[in-house]
Amino acid sequence: MCTYTTETARMDGSAKGPGSAWFHVTDATVYFDHPVHAMADHTLNIDLADPAKGPGARVGLELTATSARELVIAIEAALAGVPQELLT
Amino acid sequence: MSDTLSARTITITGAGGDEIEAYLARPEGEREPGPRGGVVVIHHMPGYDRATKEMVRRFAELGYDAICPNLYHREAPGASPDDAAAVARAQGGVPDARLVGDVEGAAAYLRGLDTGNGKVAVIGHCSGGRHAVLAACHLDLQAAIDCYGAFVTGEVPPERPTTNLVDQLPNLSAPLLGLFGNEDVHPSVAEVDELEQILTDQGSTYEFHRYDDAGHAFFAVDRPSYRVAAANDGWERIAGFLSTHLA
Repeated sequence: MCTYTTETARMDGSAKGPGSAWFHVTDATVYFDHPVHAMADHTLNIDLADPAKGPGARVGLELTATSARELVIAIEAALAGVPQELLT
Repeated sequence: MSDTLSARTITITGAGGDEIEAYLARPEGEREPGPRGGVVVIHHMPGYDRATKEMVRRFAELGYDAICPNLYHREAPGASPDDAAAVARAQGGVPDARLVGDVEGAAAYLRGLDTGNGKVAVIGHCSGGRHAVLAACHLDLQAAIDCYGAFVTGEVPPERPTTNLVDQLPNLSAPLLGLFGNEDVHPSVAEVDELEQILTDQGSTYEFHRYDDAGHAFFAVDRPSYRVAAANDGWERIAGFLSTHLA
């Protein structure tokens, strides 16, 4: 099914995208829906993008639900080990 | 039916008079002089992609002029289908009124072809299934085909930026072919039952086929959800339905 539900978040960072070029990431969209490439009926999809640079300025991720949760845990664990003064 | 056809990208006038991209496939050759019906193919939420264009060409192979408007052309002209879908999703998706206007423009284009017989069907899969029913509730169409469209009936959670079509179904003017997988969750068997009951109660012409061992997106040959038996039977049902209503 197409869930229609899309979560969005403002981003400040960089991603390596089309043409192996780095670009500044300003926006993320997160949704659970059909993947384009992953071999699963549904995946947790994340688009890291800079809409100001056009539709092609995007890094897309398609992760199984299990993989997405593992990623969340890994991110939280990585951040948990960082001194508070470095977290901005 | 002929395997000689032409396919190309064109520009049509969609909702609000906007010029939008569309993919057109037409039978060619002396065996296919027309007049013939037309089919508007509504792409699924992942976009105006290769798999959808293959379906458009298949309708030409079946003997119809077929067209698929790029519903995301306004948000991302010239972008790859997956990038365009990402942009459209981030911007809230396709408004229902705009979808109806784009299908109206696509149908008008088909009716304007020198081979057109004035009869046009609409078909969509997944979100396009809901869109096909939506279009058939607002436009003069001769047939509509809903392939596992979610949120035609049933409760829509309030956080979802869409609505069901229950209040619009009384306006359904075209015969409806529905193809559904019994293992699907959206639409569930109960939601398909609800749709069938509504159509029965209001005296609509419809034909439903439901497949065991099939869930959502069983027509999608490039996805794990593909179910060959259901898809093959579904294509036969589609061909039969169109030959009945577009002749």
